[in-house]
Amino acid sequence: MEIIKKIGLTLFFIGLLLFTACLHLSKFQMAGELAVDNDVHRTAITNAAAQSGLQGGEPQSIWTFAPRLKTTIKDAQSMLQAEVDAQGLPEGVAEWDYKIGDWKIKEYISSIVSSSTAGPISKSPWLWFFLTFGLGIIGGLLYILPSFAKLPGIKNDHVYHRSYQRGLRLAPRAAVLSLTIAGVLGYGIIYMGGSWIWTALTVAAGAIILYLVMIQQDSAKNQPARSAGPSITGWFGIFTGIYLIGFYILLYWAPSYIQGWIQLVNPISEALSGGPASQWFLYGFMYTIIVIVMGIRMIAKYRHNTYQMIRTGSVMFFQTAFAFLIPEIMVRLNQPYYDFKNIWPLNYTFFFDWNLNKLLDSGGLGIFMLVWGIALIVIAVPVITYFFGKRWYCSWVCGCGGLAETMGDPYRQLSDKSLRAWKIERFTIHAVLVFAVVMTILVLISYFSGSARLGFLNSEQVRTWYGFLIGSAFAGVVGTGFYPLMGNRMWCRFGCPLAAYLGLVQRFKSRFRITVNGGQCISCGNCSTYCEMGIDVRHYAQRGQDIVRSSCVGCGVCSAVCPRGVLRLENASGDIATRTSELRTIHIGEDEVTMLS
Amino acid sequence: MHIVIIGNGVSGITAARHIRKRSDHQITVISAESEHFFSRTALMYVYMGHMRWTDIKPYEDWFWEKNRIDLVHDYVESIDYGGNQVILAKANPIKYDKLILATGSKSNKFGWPGQDLEAVYGLYSKQDLEAMERHTPGLKRAVIVGGGLIGIEMAEMFRSRDIPVTMIVRESNYWDNVLPAEEAAMISRHIREHHIDLRLGVNLGEIIDDGQGKACAVTIKETGERIDCGYVGLTAGVSPRIDLVKDGPIETGRGILVDDYLETSVPGIYALGDCAELREPQPGRRPIEAIWYAGRMMGETVAHTLTGDRQPYRPRLWFNSAKFLDIEYQVYGDVPAQLPEDLSTLYWEHSDGRQSIRIVYETATEAVRGFNLFGVRYRHEVCEKWILDKASLDTVLQDISLANFDPEFCKQYEQDLVDQYNQATGKSLSLRKKRNLDQVLTFLNLRS
Repeated sequence: MEIIKKIGLTLFFIGLLLFTACLHLSKFQMAGELAVDNDVHRTAITNAAAQSGLQGGEPQSIWTFAPRLKTTIKDAQSMLQAEVDAQGLPEGVAEWDYKIGDWKIKEYISSIVSSSTAGPISKSPWLWFFLTFGLGIIGGLLYILPSFAKLPGIKNDHVYHRSYQRGLRLAPRAAVLSLTIAGVLGYGIIYMGGSWIWTALTVAAGAIILYLVMIQQDSAKNQPARSAGPSITGWFGIFTGIYLIGFYILLYWAPSYIQGWIQLVNPISEALSGGPASQWFLYGFMYTIIVIVMGIRMIAKYRHNTYQMIRTGSVMFFQTAFAFLIPEIMVRLNQPYYDFKNIWPLNYTFFFDWNLNKLLDSGGLGIFMLVWGIALIVIAVPVITYFFGKRWYCSWVCGCGGLAETMGDPYRQLSDKSLRAWKIERFTIHAVLVFAVVMTILVLISYFSGSARLGFLNSEQVRTWYGFLIGSAFAGVVGTGFYPLMGNRMWCRFGCPLAAYLGLVQRFKSRFRITVNGGQCISCGNCSTYCEMGIDVRHYAQRGQDIVRSSCVGCGVCSAVCPRGVLRLENASGDIATRTSELRTIHIGEDEVTMLS
Repeated sequence: MHIVIIGNGVSGITAARHIRKRSDHQITVISAESEHFFSRTALMYVYMGHMRWTDIKPYEDWFWEKNRIDLVHDYVESIDYGGNQVILAKANPIKYDKLILATGSKSNKFGWPGQDLEAVYGLYSKQDLEAMERHTPGLKRAVIVGGGLIGIEMAEMFRSRDIPVTMIVRESNYWDNVLPAEEAAMISRHIREHHIDLRLGVNLGEIIDDGQGKACAVTIKETGERIDCGYVGLTAGVSPRIDLVKDGPIETGRGILVDDYLETSVPGIYALGDCAELREPQPGRRPIEAIWYAGRMMGETVAHTLTGDRQPYRPRLWFNSAKFLDIEYQVYGDVPAQLPEDLSTLYWEHSDGRQSIRIVYETATEAVRGFNLFGVRYRHEVCEKWILDKASLDTVLQDISLANFDPEFCKQYEQDLVDQYNQATGKSLSLRKKRNLDQVLTFLNLRS
């Protein structure tokens, strides 16, 4: 058994190493007509490329090719600008059909890079697919499958002895978090075209939240952060975190650099949707593969618990079918790309003009998608959450939740359980909800009025900043990149606006709660430790108090890891008010003392 | 009023918390074992890497100052009864108006040769855990003497590090002085399933010195067999830790003798938890119940008494729980190991041998008296109500689904249990309730 696991681990790391190497192995060479649809721009870039020697040169790695291409396109841009300055625009040609706008540069880099591939991967993509994804999957499964031979039951042995699982002490944790936030906010200035106002507003909002938590609620003095550190920091965890953060940075903001990876899945994209792969196809494919393989791990680990197995099956299904296959097939059928289970405000682009136009232009199916999407928001969320709690979405259907529950399961113990973290959470997640709602309202006003400018605000900029800060940086870079550093539900707990909305329903109008079995709790802390949402479950369990918390995603792991069978997820509201009251106790005879208060 | 509590286990801390909830008395908790309260039952999870030390502390460290509970990390040398003060090893004496003794237990040693050697420990305190950790590197085998709930934890701990374990157990099946034969056999099988060398029906002969004051082997009394090992765990039960009061005016038996109000023979001094021995326990209950739950209930009770609401200690129905490796265990009410004449039992066991349900009832009246559950979770309050109401076996069986507390979608075995009963008795009972919280609440009269 051990030897099979070791072979699996070795294969996985070889696959990962080759996958990483693909970035460098993939070579690029300009050949034939450039993949630019504007004739003027294509000619200008071709000329500039001939001058700079990029056209016809040797195949190069992406690290030299992409920067040179960028310079070349900028040369073409200034050449065209110079022409316009000297001669004015030709008759009947719109300005931006002639000049190259700044926003076009990224798009042209992407399309030229993807059509300039040379080198081993583009020659034999299937071989390289096998050497990377194939070895990764086989290795992963070899590592996971022997667990099915163990006796069923909770196996959390050595979680805190492993360098990749045990998390960080307070100081390095704070350091990584601040560096990431500083990096995102700094890059945000560049991203917004040199405008610092958005970064400044975000910093101001963060400062207000910190003030409220630390000073107003006295948590700086009275409730210091939980310095929970193991004596040694988990270096493998830091490495994994940095790798994931790096991946997301390239994916969102420098996709031309991961062309080597995109090529790997090109054949699969061709087969599914009929078109070449984009970075989003790569991402969706990886996401699905990871959810499936790590889902199998989850099932092996919790196979004494039917709830966990069915729930994991559910997230695997929704990711594979709804998030990955159906949208790709829709594209193949010339229908809009649509993920039927993605709900606004998590799906923050739903009310964007281009999405609304796309749906409205797609006939009956498009209208159905529009109505479906709105029905999810106004009917499905409140009604289903009333009956089952927010778990129906967060830990059964959602893609972010699906990744957190599968790939993220090894890191669930790293969520911060301190009271202070809960205080911060309540501010940030609701702040993001407000931001999402305001942003969407502005976008819709613009949509109906036809003007992006609304007084001093520009809805175009607001939504760009939301997409950058929340959609990419928070949900992706921090959300997943911080799995090994601060737990697998950073995004769901501190940021997701849909989770905030579901949580409000769950907290104030839902039958869902976790019940506590009489006086059986021994305060051991397994429930709190393995709560990915950082809920101090033990706090309630040890005083016999039922648990109703807006953040609970109903994953059921507290109940699964409890060594005394104290916790159970239930949907029934009978006495929800009394049983969730403080300090309910049945330890002493109820005849004499029913409740302490 | 200044209330001083010696011991920061669950009894002492529960008392402190509830006194604070109910009053503004000055509270001081003294412990030499650890700076902050931790869950003793969770010690094993730290060794196994499920949790860190910080995770088994039920309250964050700022909690104590915020709730004005003074913690003193010191050792109590003695009590000055005349001067109403406790004498500490390091710090100045502390004066008290009321004193609560919650000193806990120590591991039993039955005078075995070599029992005080190095690398011979129980599993009770933080220091025991540290000793296990200290002796683990290079450990080739551990021997555990005594079965029960602590022995099995220690075995699981060592097995998590792949250290071979031999268990020397006096009983002929694991813990069969408490468990009925079938369950004891089930647990014995499960222990062996985990590759633990379980020796039943034998006693420890002696612990052998390696010449440097450290244990290097044990012998088995009956066979004389020598088992080499680097660690000996003594888990043959615990007894009250009463050294502090032994030579004073406080009356002691096996433990510190207390009345119904948990007060010792010296007025104003109380004793709680493992160290307390009730002069007049409730019928059917033992004078010393060294379990987590009893300690917690005593803590709540004494807190009421010390804050103007004098309450006798009246634990309700007996209940307990544990986990034997992968098998959870819950017991409610009377489930004797040896069935007396007037009691009968209904026992169902799953074919995989890891789950069972036992219901004990009075032969004459068929009133249900107890539940024993392995690998199945039942509701505390429902079982308790049936037993206190003296519900008949037939009623209980027909409504048995109300008690089920297993996670959603888990297979339920109530039908199997009823089928087996019908087959044995020729009755034709059927389940008339479903597992449903609203029905449970109606049953418990808790619906609002």
